[in-house]
Amino acid sequence: MKEFAYERATDVRDALIAADGGARYLGGGTNLVDLMKEGVEAPTRLVDVRQLPLAGVSEAPDGGLVIGATTTNSDLAAHPEVRRRYPALSQAVLAGASGQLRNMATVGGNLLQRTRCAYFTAQVCNKRVPGTGCPAIAGEHHNHAILGWTRNCVATHPSDMAVAMLAFDAVVRYEMLDGPGEIPLAEFYPPVGDTPHCETALPPGALITAVVLPGSAVSPRSRYRKVRERASYAFATVSIAAGLDLDEGSVRIALGGVASRPWRARTAEAFLLDAPLTAEAFRAAADAELAAAEPLPGNGYKVRLAGNLIETVLKELQP
Amino acid sequence: MKNAVGVAQPRIEGRAKVTGAARYAADVPIPGLAFGAVVLATVSLGRIRDIDVSAVQDMAGVLGVIDHRNAPRLNPKAGGFFGPDGQLQLLQDEVIPFAGRPVALVVAETLEQAQAAAEALPVTYDEEPHDTGFTADHPASRPAVAIFDEPVNVGDVEAELAASSVVVEEQYCTPEEHCSAMEPHSATAWWEGERLEAIDSNQGPFSIAVTLATLFSLSPDLVHVRTEHVGGGFGSKGLCGPQLILAAMAALLFGRPVRVTLTRAQVFLATAMRPAINQLIRIGADADGRLRAIHHEAAFEISPLVEYLEGCTELTKTLYAARSIRTRLSAVPLDILPPYSMRGPGATPGSFALESAMDELAERLGMDPLELRLRNEPVAGPVSGLPFSSRNLVACLREGARRFSWDTRDHRPRMRREGALLVGTGLAATSFSAGAFPSSATITAETDGTFTVAIGATDLGTGARTALTAIAADALAVGTERIRLRISDSGLGPAWGAGGSRGTTSWVWAITEAAEKLRGQECRGTVTVDTTRSLGELSSRERHSFSAVFAEVTVDPVTGEVRVRRLLGMFAVGRVVNPLMARSQVIGGMIGGLSMALHEEGIRDPVSGRHVNADFAGYHIAAHADVPDIEADFVPDYEPGIPMGVKGAGEIGNVGTAAAIANAVWHATGVRQRSLPIRLDRVLE
Repeated sequence: MKEFAYERATDVRDALIAADGGARYLGGGTNLVDLMKEGVEAPTRLVDVRQLPLAGVSEAPDGGLVIGATTTNSDLAAHPEVRRRYPALSQAVLAGASGQLRNMATVGGNLLQRTRCAYFTAQVCNKRVPGTGCPAIAGEHHNHAILGWTRNCVATHPSDMAVAMLAFDAVVRYEMLDGPGEIPLAEFYPPVGDTPHCETALPPGALITAVVLPGSAVSPRSRYRKVRERASYAFATVSIAAGLDLDEGSVRIALGGVASRPWRARTAEAFLLDAPLTAEAFRAAADAELAAAEPLPGNGYKVRLAGNLIETVLKELQP
Repeated sequence: MKNAVGVAQPRIEGRAKVTGAARYAADVPIPGLAFGAVVLATVSLGRIRDIDVSAVQDMAGVLGVIDHRNAPRLNPKAGGFFGPDGQLQLLQDEVIPFAGRPVALVVAETLEQAQAAAEALPVTYDEEPHDTGFTADHPASRPAVAIFDEPVNVGDVEAELAASSVVVEEQYCTPEEHCSAMEPHSATAWWEGERLEAIDSNQGPFSIAVTLATLFSLSPDLVHVRTEHVGGGFGSKGLCGPQLILAAMAALLFGRPVRVTLTRAQVFLATAMRPAINQLIRIGADADGRLRAIHHEAAFEISPLVEYLEGCTELTKTLYAARSIRTRLSAVPLDILPPYSMRGPGATPGSFALESAMDELAERLGMDPLELRLRNEPVAGPVSGLPFSSRNLVACLREGARRFSWDTRDHRPRMRREGALLVGTGLAATSFSAGAFPSSATITAETDGTFTVAIGATDLGTGARTALTAIAADALAVGTERIRLRISDSGLGPAWGAGGSRGTTSWVWAITEAAEKLRGQECRGTVTVDTTRSLGELSSRERHSFSAVFAEVTVDPVTGEVRVRRLLGMFAVGRVVNPLMARSQVIGGMIGGLSMALHEEGIRDPVSGRHVNADFAGYHIAAHADVPDIEADFVPDYEPGIPMGVKGAGEIGNVGTAAAIANAVWHATGVRQRSLPIRLDRVLE
């Protein structure tokens, strides 16, 4: 690990000033510090934001919730209103990492965690040095993307939390020295295109301060299902956050483990707007969504798995 | 006086370990210590074009770099159990035989400085086309050098297969697997004049010291290796490791103590793994289940640097009375990390193939798989014709079946459902060869009434220290409080290491012989014994530990997820020295078997040939949530040929669990799993 400067900020403006000119913000450090040890990340300065007064979950005027960026994953998952109104989000967070990691990891940091593609951590690739190629496409890609990838990168986004947040149309709030801003989570992670190293739409130097969950008729009847190679402490092979509004007959579906970003299954959602909520329709909606899938030789099983999950979890959400 | 052997006792050093007082190899403070960071080759075959030492030599704290141009010359005759070993010949030339081969050691004042310079060191290669793709029919395949598990051909396999009512012929594949001990390999070396001193993490300091002495062309009495506490080895610390060779080189060149600790990735890339294996099994039986033929062939990958044998067919010569048995082992040399013995070598992958095939036979016969095994119980060694010294497989099977309520099982597959889940059960029978190797021991009767018992044993965390204390107490007919045990030191004389399930048997032999001799001189003075001669007088018998493993799994056909819900192992391992720790050891082995069944898989990049998942995020081992209620127990057993009746419990816990789980997955789903690990994409419907 390279030597770096460290400072702890106690208010947002101090953090922004301290980071001006190219520092990295340090939340729980559960991903960044690992990457620093591996030499993947080599910041010269860290600004520790865990002490900022941003932790906690509060009510939003529209009936939603505002989740402070330094809220720990554990506190988010345990919050009674999150569990009541957004059960899929609580389940998603609890499906990730381990108890110790969730106690450290923050909501803002979770959104910014980086892919666990083995090539990314062990050697250079397009995500680390543009133009160096994507060894996973011709190489080991058993757990790589089936949707939205390009020849430049086939890595997946590792977050469980962000999948559930995406299903509920979350909005990311941030602060910069010249003022606040916000980005819908649906636009937070840009498509891979030919810039796989550009992983978020967050402006340089911006500090995530909160994630806003809009009030939702879909979220109370929601669940998260994570499929993985072992019972805990593994990243998703494929995961799904789904919610069902029985009054409107509408659904929300987001998938994890299938793309460079949490994947909102809008095609399937649109299909079900005009369809009866039956097992056959769920399967047809899944097929419609996954018609766009482009599996590689080693990960075709994810198409079937994602289809199975969409059908099964939507069925489970029905009364 | 009451015996100490057979009594459950917590480990002697348990408190020191949980309080952090116990020092592992990388923990021991040494004045004037420098640190070495290893640089590994990133190409699978080729030559070093250049190592630009000038790029790092002025970095903070850097003392220097060792590579093939300035490394001390090593003796090419050095080796281990499998003969001269080219993987020990570190930094001797520019040849890269596999990705992960150490190419340089950067030495600096601190660990961080050494690592920073190692990361910055420019190494360029002239790459050559490599071959890391293992297949059983690879053109380079040739007969394995069978220093044990020799090929056999008893009876007429082809005629018996032709005469069989039912024949199973299937292939079974297991991937590269990595030992994955918790403690990374670490060594600290320094020279005291002509004498090389080392603290190293290994499975047997005496043999390691001999190898090190050979490498550096030193008289063995000038090399002293200590190994006080070891955080697991699972085979990977049976060899003289790169950490020790490089630390000794650096200590020589820089004239001060040097510590080399491998990173986790380096443990994967540069220390022993189990080879990828492909096994063919053909079994023929009469309609009543009596076996006519077993044909078992295994092909495995090796490195051209050193011979290795994965003795997959050993238990095929032991378990069942078949009229004809034919076995053969083939080796396929590839440009890979040299494989070595890992967690029950041979028997663990071998039992996956044989015991899966037996289950398939039971299926095709429409027979209870338990009954099929009972019906083929031999009265003597099926190949050797020798009597068994003791054989309690049937007791393991029957008691396990009773505890598992096996008699209520519907043997048809896919009959049990619990909600969305399919439920199945399976079993496997196993054996693991028992024996002992020559060792020496010294016992001194001290004037205060205590006895100092010195033996070059090693405690890998299994409880050897505690077990040997009990053994020495009983052998001397005194209480354990009067035993002062000294182990883990090459200076204590020749001794077999902790490996091959032959640690305890070898050491108990030497300790009891020494105790007998000391008692013969009225417990006065000092005696030293060497068991080479008495071991040579051991009669020829089939000597094995046995076990039966039962598993219950759930399978979600929608996701392909397999979870093990219950594991039961019944073991016949001779007399149990310490039931508490023996149980821990076999349970640990069963968790290893569970990991093998469901998780463990070393993956190579098909283009570069490099190992891709060289960390615990990518190389999965069962996490707590994967480990179910495990029950392990022992049936009465006694080995008449070995002092105190012990056989060895070190590895048999690993054996059988993978087959029991694979058979349970078939029972749940109706689909056979002949490739490990049983990944969800292989089960998904």
